[in-house]
Amino acid sequence: MEVIKWQKETFSALRRQGIDLVCHVPDAGHAKVIEMCEADNEVDCITCTSEEEGIHMLSGAWLGGRRGAMLLQSSGVGNIINALAMPNTCRIPILIIVTMRGEYGEFNPWQVPMGQGTPACLEAMGMRLYRAEEPTQVAPAVENMARLAFDSQQLCAILLSQKLLGAKDFRELAK
Amino acid sequence: MIRSEVTKSIIPVITDELVVCNIGLPSQELFMHDDQPSNFYMLGTMGLCSSIGLGLALNQNAPVLAIDGDGSILTNFGTLATIANNPADNFTLLIIDNGSYGSTGDQPTYAGKKTSLSKVAKACGCANVIECQGEEAAEEVGKALKGNQMTIIVCKCESGNVPVPNILTHPVSIRDRFMTEVEARN
Repeated sequence: MEVIKWQKETFSALRRQGIDLVCHVPDAGHAKVIEMCEADNEVDCITCTSEEEGIHMLSGAWLGGRRGAMLLQSSGVGNIINALAMPNTCRIPILIIVTMRGEYGEFNPWQVPMGQGTPACLEAMGMRLYRAEEPTQVAPAVENMARLAFDSQQLCAILLSQKLLGAKDFRELAK
Repeated sequence: MIRSEVTKSIIPVITDELVVCNIGLPSQELFMHDDQPSNFYMLGTMGLCSSIGLGLALNQNAPVLAIDGDGSILTNFGTLATIANNPADNFTLLIIDNGSYGSTGDQPTYAGKKTSLSKVAKACGCANVIECQGEEAAEEVGKALKGNQMTIIVCKCESGNVPVPNILTHPVSIRDRFMTEVEARN
């Protein structure tokens, strides 16, 4: 599958914001951005065994002076709730980009509860959310939520809606 | 030897290293024995002390010691695979393995029964894994901190707790003074 424009723009926006560390749990919706990160020698790309690890590796990295971001799927949001307590309490900036499941056009009912619960779970832990529905919203969202995170020391999440990602693409990617 | 005594015993070999310490009594014991601005007391989320330590070690140059526990490692077993596959030679992980969940009343962990954390660490691909007794902890930690090779130390000791003070330092102050120490070393 070819890289589409908003994915290229997401990668460029991350780099413009000085983000050179990307933690992820592999996800079809993020696959192209992960590939671009891995292809860039200046970006460290770390596969995490669970999403909560990524939140605390990013926290440790920031204590060491480095800016990172976490790429995950909405089903993985359930794994980071308690992990967010630490950066929340210590005012350590966190930036996550979440590909949404369980909404617009979803074919798998098992994905629905966590997908629908994602915004409330993140907000309950003090995260600031921005939801992107259109491709043109993604790059500005990455730039501005990165500023909010790192300049104002906030926990920030960009939710990439399933309408934006295209529910049908998941079936293609899964082949 | 119990955990508090192991912690006290390693203080002389921690010179200039950055220390990330596990949730609950371990942090309170370190605070009681040797409060330093270069200590990051991770008081909030069980299982993720080693992840903070690895993230810190991979992204700056100073040596990092993460003091973790068997219960916490069992909570986040995946950390050993992530550590093995993203090695940082300035990183030492000390797992004080007293075979119990000390902060909640010394209920037994599986590490005190059939599960060997050192064997799990090796099976995950960690290259340099040492298992020792509490009395040997200071020597092993001292060697690891000077060794410039990522080391996992599983230190077996008895379960048991001592009275400790609460850490009243504000969390933002803990991380702010810690970051000042990190900057001074880089």
